[in-house]
Amino acid sequence: MSALVEELARGLDAPICLTWELTYACNLQCVHCLSSSGRRDPSELSPDEAQRVVDELHGLQVFYVNIGGGEPMLRPDFFDLVEYAVSRGVGVKFSTNGSRITAPVAERLAGLDYLDVQVSIDGADAATNDVVRGDGSFATARRAMDHLAGAGFGAFKVSVVVTRDNAGQLDELEALARSYGAQLRLTRLRPSGRGATSWERLHPTHEQQLSLYRWLLERPEVLTGDSFFHLSALGDPLPGLNLCGAGRVVCLIDPVGDVYACPFVMHEQFRAGSVRDPGGFAGVWRGSRLFAELRAPGSGGACASCGSYDACRGGCMASKFFTGLALDDPDPECALGHGTGALERAVPVELRPRPSAGHSLERRTHPVLATSGAAERGR
Amino acid sequence: MSFDPDRPYSLHPQVALRRERFGALAYHYGNRRLTFLKAPTLVALVRSLAEHPSARSAVEIEIPDAARPAHLAALERLAASGMLCERPAGSDPAADR
Repeated sequence: MSALVEELARGLDAPICLTWELTYACNLQCVHCLSSSGRRDPSELSPDEAQRVVDELHGLQVFYVNIGGGEPMLRPDFFDLVEYAVSRGVGVKFSTNGSRITAPVAERLAGLDYLDVQVSIDGADAATNDVVRGDGSFATARRAMDHLAGAGFGAFKVSVVVTRDNAGQLDELEALARSYGAQLRLTRLRPSGRGATSWERLHPTHEQQLSLYRWLLERPEVLTGDSFFHLSALGDPLPGLNLCGAGRVVCLIDPVGDVYACPFVMHEQFRAGSVRDPGGFAGVWRGSRLFAELRAPGSGGACASCGSYDACRGGCMASKFFTGLALDDPDPECALGHGTGALERAVPVELRPRPSAGHSLERRTHPVLATSGAAERGR
Repeated sequence: MSFDPDRPYSLHPQVALRRERFGALAYHYGNRRLTFLKAPTLVALVRSLAEHPSARSAVEIEIPDAARPAHLAALERLAASGMLCERPAGSDPAADR
């Protein structure tokens, strides 16, 4: 491990960037939603509180935030907040399902500096996408992309969670992004949020992961947000830090101001505090006991004797946690196959940790959720 | 435009530096690139560029002999990723445009 990565693993005085979920409100009910979004939470940060968070991030020189949700554009003060952040030198990258991007909205977005837009789709066609994101969601996202292109937004991002169903469509997805002059962004499916109940069926097979690794190696221009660093165990590292940044160089602020180690571990065990605490966000980042533990040197656990440990560092903490593995077990999707045995010994599905912050709408049962192993209990 | 150590450079106006134990983080608001400056000496050098008539003279004044090649190479990489820009030379500001 390089000296720089060693430094980053010890944590920085402020995050390099962070994810900020602005609202739990969402008009979609994607089966892999990390935050189990649907209903707005009555105690979400007020516009004033949100602007104070921006002030803090400005003071800490956090250069940009990844805004998500829920659907962040459903927040009435969405544009005010984005414009305020950008004016304070906090760049904004936000993820949207595109439902609110009409032609005039696209014009407004195109007029903002330091703003990146990621439109989410999870398949190269409606049939593949809509199973995950809901009926009509593919057409909606394409319409948003048409409007962004029409408004001259420039290179927006087409953001895709790689699943068993779309892993064979990477070339088509790349072509789709290119047709808009957009950049393709691929991220890893996590067993977090509603993903806890869809991961088993949707996570890519081992063979698909090997193909994905080779595909990504040939295309360093495809963005991944360091998502697939567990695959670096296969040999040449993928571009990026190849390090779990949770609580070290990244974190998550949820809609009610709770701070979690990363966007994939919204569970009480990984809640470090709240921006509403007396010390604010900086107090949580610098004083949280959880974050201190995450920054302490680890032993490597079951992976310590593996020759690839330096390359993947044991993989993704969240993926282990929500599949019932110990945090020093191999990643459930270990590229060298060491996750399989660990999963067989892991606690049964019914006893695995349940994501905490559930805001799912009750009215709709999704076909994938309905056929997956675990029901959404206790919500 | 390739890096020419005998020309004057400065930090790109859209780049912000954040001090860190290991050196600094540099973020380019224009091309959204994030770069690590992995030594405090490199950070000081980058900050001083605008006061020197060329990148080479900045290195010769700010950096001890043995470390000069590494620092010059680091400046070249930073220029290639857009973090540094050539600044107009002395009396002829149009020369670099």
